[in-house]
Amino acid sequence: MFLRPNLYTSYEQEIQILPTYTKKVLAAIAIIVLLLIPFDVPLLTAATDLPVLRNIPIISNGIPPLRFLGDNNWLRVLDQALIFGIAALGLNILTGVAGQVSLGHAFFMGVGAYTGAVLGGVASSSVWGWNLPIWIWLPGAGVGAALVGIIVSPVAVRLRGLYLAIVTLGLVFVGIHMSNTTWGKHIAGDPGLGRDFPTYDIQIWKEQPPLISIDEDGKWFGFLDVTDNQKKYLFLAVLFLFFILLAKNVARTRTGRALQAIRDRDIAAEVMGVPEFKYKLIAFATSSFFAGVAGALFASFAGKLPASQFSLALSVEFIAILLIGGVGTVSGTVMGTFFVVLIPKFVESFTDWLADKTEGTGVGAKLAEVVISTGPGNQGPVSSATQTPGYPLNVFDWNLVLYGVLIIVFLIFEPLGLYGIWIKIRNYWKRWPFSY
Amino acid sequence: MTALLEVDNITLRFGGVTAINDVSFDVQPEELFAIIGPNGAGKTSIFNTLSQVYRPQEGTIRFEGESIMGLRPDKVAELGIARTFQNIELFPQMNVIDNLLTGRHIRMNGSIFDGAIWLGKAKKEELENRRKVEDIIDFLEIEQWRKHPVALLPYGFQKRVELGRALAMEPKLLLLDEPVAGMNLEETEDMARFILDIKRELNIPMIMVEHDMGLVMDIADRVMVLDFGERIAMGTPDQVQANPDVIAAYLGSEFA
Repeated sequence: MFLRPNLYTSYEQEIQILPTYTKKVLAAIAIIVLLLIPFDVPLLTAATDLPVLRNIPIISNGIPPLRFLGDNNWLRVLDQALIFGIAALGLNILTGVAGQVSLGHAFFMGVGAYTGAVLGGVASSSVWGWNLPIWIWLPGAGVGAALVGIIVSPVAVRLRGLYLAIVTLGLVFVGIHMSNTTWGKHIAGDPGLGRDFPTYDIQIWKEQPPLISIDEDGKWFGFLDVTDNQKKYLFLAVLFLFFILLAKNVARTRTGRALQAIRDRDIAAEVMGVPEFKYKLIAFATSSFFAGVAGALFASFAGKLPASQFSLALSVEFIAILLIGGVGTVSGTVMGTFFVVLIPKFVESFTDWLADKTEGTGVGAKLAEVVISTGPGNQGPVSSATQTPGYPLNVFDWNLVLYGVLIIVFLIFEPLGLYGIWIKIRNYWKRWPFSY
Repeated sequence: MTALLEVDNITLRFGGVTAINDVSFDVQPEELFAIIGPNGAGKTSIFNTLSQVYRPQEGTIRFEGESIMGLRPDKVAELGIARTFQNIELFPQMNVIDNLLTGRHIRMNGSIFDGAIWLGKAKKEELENRRKVEDIIDFLEIEQWRKHPVALLPYGFQKRVELGRALAMEPKLLLLDEPVAGMNLEETEDMARFILDIKRELNIPMIMVEHDMGLVMDIADRVMVLDFGERIAMGTPDQVQANPDVIAAYLGSEFA
């Protein structure tokens, strides 16, 4: 009864997002873990101090799922994953659900970031800013990006496939160029350094003390010490869950089906009464709204950011998230986001660990030396330093190589991405022990 | 009784090729009207002009007395003209229920905001339309395929789902483009039964393009014969079968 899904007895039961007990329990556990991650759990923290485990750098740096994080550098990576997750959910609506390949997602994030900055930022002699509270600038960033999306979409709606990808690719360069114009500098600040972005503090109105302070350390319920990082994480986690819900609801109702119809067979969709132009426009606007909100959150999280950060590489990262996670599914997008955003941190930890190994002796050290190049004389393909003029690729560049390889591997072997792998595992156990 | 659909002297050209040349016909309420003709006669082109995927250069098409010339295909669908396609044009990655619910698109009106909020209007609408879709699933006897992506369904059932998707639109006129193409005898008989059920129980008038002469002559009320884009005969199945021009077009002039 409990392990097998019960028979549905009403349509209402069947069309829930989480129709079975198993799914409800798993989702509840996932949400609890997500919300508990930033806090220290004394017992587990103590366990990682055991002499056996302490000497393994990856563990002493903290592994996210095995140990609650407290406030350390992994938390910032997770923050970034949550922000990118919101943007990826937006791209999933446009590219995954509606089937319109877009390389311009970074551009819409940028539009959102600077709309948010002008609305919520502090004005100075060189940049504009109205210093409005977050409940205006965050939705405003989304709406601003959505409006730009609507302005751009009449051109984009006439194109499909590769041509659309090229046009949206152009947007990224137009955006970066515009930030260098005279008025662009009033919005985006100095091209090299960028401008200051508003903080996450929740205020009623400008210059009032924040209702909920997110940018400073505090004490909750009189005894629980929370740092600003932990607060930021929780704020983003709640937003992330909210946007997952939005994306899922849009995908499973009338609009979502119309978008999927256009993706699968555009002419048949029109003959069924789905106006193609209108729904492609809706797809662009919605996707840009998500991108805009994520862009504003990202800029605010980074603190100071030049406009050139909203580059093609960022757009490609979102394409990688969709392809690795599973195009067109919300759960796939979420899996892909965490996978892609956490890769660099793991690669970095692994390289550090190998670099330490080269100091030692024995077979391990020799093997590590083959891979790692620590200085000018060494021949390994991975450099342990970040700045390596004339030396092998550093960790940073290897991440990009890794994205490329993973996209190719997933496209060839598992077009449904991580989501497809999960479905296979699930179906195996569903039929176990008769799974052949 | 006024005609439901009146097509007057339509001509459709692609560059120098005349696909439909000066064709007129009308469809009465509760009628099953068939269009036949050899390959390339322009049967599917007529369907495409009716749903305004192609725009004829000359002539007029009136549906319930109103001209539909120049309307977008989705507006034509909203007026109540639904169709199926010769080569199945289902949405392959969606399951049967979602395909049929997409057919309900014009009968629903929840916006993206209603959908995003879910509670309230969108949920109510989903439930109501799910019930309607289940009626169609029941009518077409495809219960066991409900949750399957349609790309994985056998051909005959895909044809049935496509018919269901058109029915979900609650059309006033249904266009069937080769509903039994590539089917064996049993499947053809099943489909014929559904077509007659639609006519008698749901009272939906239909235009059917079909190559299976046995089926057409058995179930159609009136038949129009096309050859090289021109109408060569129109009348009851018996009249058409006796027409020398029709025999010449199908079998050659020595048999006429």
